[in-house]
Amino acid sequence: MHKLLLLGDEAIAQAALDAGLSGMYAYPGTPSTEIMEYIQASSQAAADGVHREWSSNEKTAMEAALGMSYAGRRAMVAMKHVGLNVAADAFINSAVTGVNGGLVVVAADDPSMHSSQNEQDSRFYGKFALVPVLEPRNQQEAYDMIFDAFAISEQYRLPVLFRITTRLAHSRSAVAMRKKIPQNMVTLPSNPRQFVLLPAIARKQYRALTSVYEKLRSEPVLDDLNRLSAGKARGTGVITCGIAYNYLMENISGNAGDYHILSVAAYPLNREKVASLAERCDRVLVLEEGYPIIEEHLRGLLDRDVKVLGRMDGTVPRDGELNPAIVAKALGLKAGQGKEVPAVVRQRPPSFCKGCGHADLYSALSEVMAEAGPGRVFSDIGCYTLGALPPYNMVNSCVDMGASVTMAIGATDAGLFPAVAVIGDSTFTHSGMTGLLDAVIKDSPITLVISDNSTTGMTGGQKSQAVDRLESICLGLGVDRDHLKVIVPLKKNHEENKAVIRTELNHRGLSVILARRECIQTASRSKKAEAAEKNKSGN
Amino acid sequence: MKCDIILAGVGGQGILSIAATIGLAAVEQNLFLKQAEVHGMSQRGGDVQSHLRLSDREIFSDLIPHGGADLIISVEPMEALRYLPWLSEGGWLVTNSVPFVNIPDYPEPEEVIAELGRAGNTIVLDADGIARDLGSARSGNMVILGAASSFISMPFGSLEDAVRKMFGRKGEDIVEVNLKALRAGRDAAAVR
Repeated sequence: MHKLLLLGDEAIAQAALDAGLSGMYAYPGTPSTEIMEYIQASSQAAADGVHREWSSNEKTAMEAALGMSYAGRRAMVAMKHVGLNVAADAFINSAVTGVNGGLVVVAADDPSMHSSQNEQDSRFYGKFALVPVLEPRNQQEAYDMIFDAFAISEQYRLPVLFRITTRLAHSRSAVAMRKKIPQNMVTLPSNPRQFVLLPAIARKQYRALTSVYEKLRSEPVLDDLNRLSAGKARGTGVITCGIAYNYLMENISGNAGDYHILSVAAYPLNREKVASLAERCDRVLVLEEGYPIIEEHLRGLLDRDVKVLGRMDGTVPRDGELNPAIVAKALGLKAGQGKEVPAVVRQRPPSFCKGCGHADLYSALSEVMAEAGPGRVFSDIGCYTLGALPPYNMVNSCVDMGASVTMAIGATDAGLFPAVAVIGDSTFTHSGMTGLLDAVIKDSPITLVISDNSTTGMTGGQKSQAVDRLESICLGLGVDRDHLKVIVPLKKNHEENKAVIRTELNHRGLSVILARRECIQTASRSKKAEAAEKNKSGN
Repeated sequence: MKCDIILAGVGGQGILSIAATIGLAAVEQNLFLKQAEVHGMSQRGGDVQSHLRLSDREIFSDLIPHGGADLIISVEPMEALRYLPWLSEGGWLVTNSVPFVNIPDYPEPEEVIAELGRAGNTIVLDADGIARDLGSARSGNMVILGAASSFISMPFGSLEDAVRKMFGRKGEDIVEVNLKALRAGRDAAAVR
């Protein structure tokens, strides 16, 4: 059998291509980025004419995917967990419209917040929207279950939420490929009003959705993905969700027969399966990456025959990702332990790359802000958030995509003047433009600095929608031409840049400063690529 | 057979090239493999690690259990120490001796080296220097891999083949340089 060594993200991408994908939509976000990157680099995708351009944000991605589904073809959309907040409006309603072509929504959660602002659990969104959720245990299942996801989506006419977490997304293993399925032809929905959510139609469809959702619990296509294995004697039961199964088996593979195990990979859960586990147990340990969702279900107020253990009673830590040691402890086993980390080891937080334009911007901005007073720099999500760390220590907010602009507006409304918003070019076109329109309309006295490195940097240098468009976007939104400035953040321009920032900061109206210098990572990469190209043509 | 390896370094130092080389060799040897990587924010100059697991049996966890690693391979000396809680009793630690200083409170390099001396089975070598002497300053990572090669339960030839595959696209010169670095690392470790 043909096998490839793939990250969980890449397994999902390859599976979608093999399962007849026609369109892939996404905005970069760790740990989901590699799904789109793989499809963009894939010669198979190119040969099959699969649509695979980055979208401006997760909402536009979700909507475009729904549009492709409307036209009868298979679409996938991928995002990090917090991206699903951005796409939530479209996502929740896509459950009510239902789908035509198969639609898979991949949400990559980041418990322990390796590269995120929270560790929200996307399975909640599945329940909220009343759609099936699949949660693969390993890379091979990530591949195989994408086929299931598309099939379920088309069979039940619903979007399917495909939930993974960081460790699966970014861990590599050998994956066996299946035979390729051809793409769907374009076909319109059989009911022309299916996607028209006027109240009368929405009410009818929502009612149908609630009944389908309950039916899904016992449908074999979902339920068969949840495996129940009975132990030898009455005793301890363990319910695992997704990759938690691996941490369990890492600890008990030699004597798995001592435990009753329900390994969950699909939701909504079949209640009878849970009951049949509970019948054989005095206590049930629930192991889930993320929130205690199943655990909260089981922890009833009235039925107390079985003791439930998990994150809510402290058997497992309430936050953070699981690992073999945490699971060992929860099972009452002795966890391995090497030596302590010696005191000589220091923290090494991420930092700006040598020669980064954001750093030169912050050098200038910090000196000007020292004159203006503390607590006035609202920033955003991206490499430039590192301005919060030494030596700059000057970022006062990092909340969600675009919030720098709008929080600065609110703060100046409250009387804080001057106030600065620092946002990246890609974050600006993701969710900053609408905030800027608000600022234009009331001429908020904020200084918006768009630190334009012409890429989506933090996630590794994906194409930014803002390239070559920032001036025209700002002017189009109504920014005053006299207060739209461009600076080049380089050490040699330090004094000049400070003067521009100082002038605009003191302006009692809206200013926008475009601090523009290409990301040094992408710049050096394209230089190398150019050199290689030259070499080739030279030979 | 099982071999659990923690690869350590600083974002941007290219520990994944070491992981990819071992991974290629393991696939050729028909071993099971899992390799957890760090992508995202920490890649910007923060501490990064990769858990690489090889076995002739099915591997469950993507993460190596604490106290379970047979080997730590590090391209930076202080980073090697960060993962001691994962090293098994009797496990080996192979590290570059050249510090990567991008934080203001980096400890005295001698303190780090002294601490490495107390860590158990340790091989500390100036991989950058060895690579420079070979005329290819950028193949330090292959020197370190070579130095660690005797603790990875695979024939040395399989690592050589993997290097040929990894760098084949870049031309015969690059392949040769990296093979030289790999062998120089192995020889430097053997002298100790």
